[in-house]
Amino acid sequence: MKSDKLITPRSSAYLVERIGFSTLAILSFLLAVPIIGVILYIIIHGAPAISWEFLSRMPSDGMKAGGILPAIVGTFYLTLGTAIFSVPLGIAAAIYLSEYAPENRLTRIIRIAIINLAGIPSIVYGLFGLGLFVIFLKLGTSILAASLTLSIMTLPVIITTTEESLRAVPYAFRVVSTSLGTSRWQTIRRVVLPQAVPGILTGVILGLERAAGETAPILFTGATFFLPQLPNSPLDATMALPYHLFVISTQVPGMPIQIQYGTVLVLLVFVLGMNIVATVIRSRARARRQW
Amino acid sequence: MDKIVVEHLNLRYSDGTESLRDLNLVIPANAITALMGPAGGGKSTFLRALNRLNDLADVVAQSGRVLIDGKDILEPEMDVIALRRKVGMVFSRPLPLPLTIYQNVSYGLEVAGERNREVLDKAVKLALDQAELWDEVHDRLSDPAEALSGGQKQRLCLARALALKPEVILLDEPTSALDPVATAKIESSLSELKKNYTIVIAPHNTQQTARVADWVAFFLQGEMIEFGPSKDIFTRPKDKRTEEYILGRYG
Ligand SMILES: Nc1ncnc2c1ncn2[C@@H]1O[C@H](COP(=O)(O)OP(=O)(O)O)[C@@H](O)[C@H]1O
Ligand SMILES: [Mg+2]
Repeated sequence: MKSDKLITPRSSAYLVERIGFSTLAILSFLLAVPIIGVILYIIIHGAPAISWEFLSRMPSDGMKAGGILPAIVGTFYLTLGTAIFSVPLGIAAAIYLSEYAPENRLTRIIRIAIINLAGIPSIVYGLFGLGLFVIFLKLGTSILAASLTLSIMTLPVIITTTEESLRAVPYAFRVVSTSLGTSRWQTIRRVVLPQAVPGILTGVILGLERAAGETAPILFTGATFFLPQLPNSPLDATMALPYHLFVISTQVPGMPIQIQYGTVLVLLVFVLGMNIVATVIRSRARARRQW
Repeated sequence: MDKIVVEHLNLRYSDGTESLRDLNLVIPANAITALMGPAGGGKSTFLRALNRLNDLADVVAQSGRVLIDGKDILEPEMDVIALRRKVGMVFSRPLPLPLTIYQNVSYGLEVAGERNREVLDKAVKLALDQAELWDEVHDRLSDPAEALSGGQKQRLCLARALALKPEVILLDEPTSALDPVATAKIESSLSELKKNYTIVIAPHNTQQTARVADWVAFFLQGEMIEFGPSKDIFTRPKDKRTEEYILGRYG
């Protein structure tokens, strides 16, 4: 092979390029350092606290001992409740916006509203949920009220990512399917949705992951300081990992630091686990994509 | 027999383009009618009017009548789904659906509610046979259609339209993305198919028009300048613009 005259290992352009790339590589690495650092730190300090007891027992001794089972179960219920409300509604809304809504002023206003909803601080959702679900709809501080509040917070994420995934499916597929004598809904269900599923799943998981880790929206709507037993109805209040963490870190004097790190680690695994699932789904779908 | 009768068809897109102007023509059954003319003449628009695929486009005004078997398909109450099963279409870009080879062909039937495996298997084989693709794919029907070559993909697109047992087949520059060998295969299928179907094609060049057409309609800027048997159009066109086009003066 002939050597490239422009960039030989000795030319100054080559040197500049090497320096440039190296700098960028070092910078990216520096960005990852604090994240990896935090995760390692939590694992190192939290791991000793993790035991079957810690995961499966009720707290005892004013939460200074025992396990965090009700917080784990509570976060699971809240995430599930949020999924039940926000996933069908969010996907339906996205299908409407992407496939049916006429491009007019009303549709534009709806889109802008959804985008702006995503930027509202989560404490505002909490207060909104308190006003609407807890007080006005008389649901009380409950899993139901908290799930509904988290759903409203999650909806914009699900709607926007779903709409993006639907729009990413080439329009030509819709034309082809229509030309074969199918209704609009049949085309969506058989061609568009299957192609969009990985993107939709990613959005759903990212939205739910955020919901699982939030404290502010459930603060006034469903989370409680301590419960002697597990919740047994959607109208019960519940403990939850992020709120529990807030409580044991700030409200309980003499709290063993180990329990705090253990709780953080559990929450981290929960949220990071969802994130990893989303990433795997996405990269698998990319590899299989046919367009 | 007159399969399609077009009377005073006008069509305008939302950007103001008058894409079809007072079109009048009669398309005979069991023959290949070619729409010839430079780009932008309205050939694709006309084809999409015949299966109401223009419903998906930004059409602001449409008038006139398009009678297929005597029924005006432009009527708002027309069952467009039934129409599109009767009037199949092949596009210029060979785009299989993101499904297997088999599923691409059975797609229209399955959506229409056909569940019987035997019926589907038979229909798929027949359609692939008609499109002269069966021999090449019969042992890998459950492979993704994406794995096929360009020419095979286009024959698959023809097969998936044929599976619905249409009466009319529309083809919009079906070989523009294909090499000469693949093109010849499509053309040979068409000359076989015309015995039983009404075929309307916008060929992608004049040579192809000359090769496949029984009847030729010359489209220029939204108007049909001339219509006649292929022989006449190529040997003694009546309109000067047709002659100039055939001689390659424009487009
Ligand atoms: N979907 C559409 N929306 C707006 N204008 C269109 C559309 N399709 C075609 N046109 C316009 O209509 C005219 C005819 O186009 P077309 O039917 O594609 O011609 P041809 O197939 O003969 O090249 C062109 O001026 C084109 O710009
Ligand atoms: Mg065209």
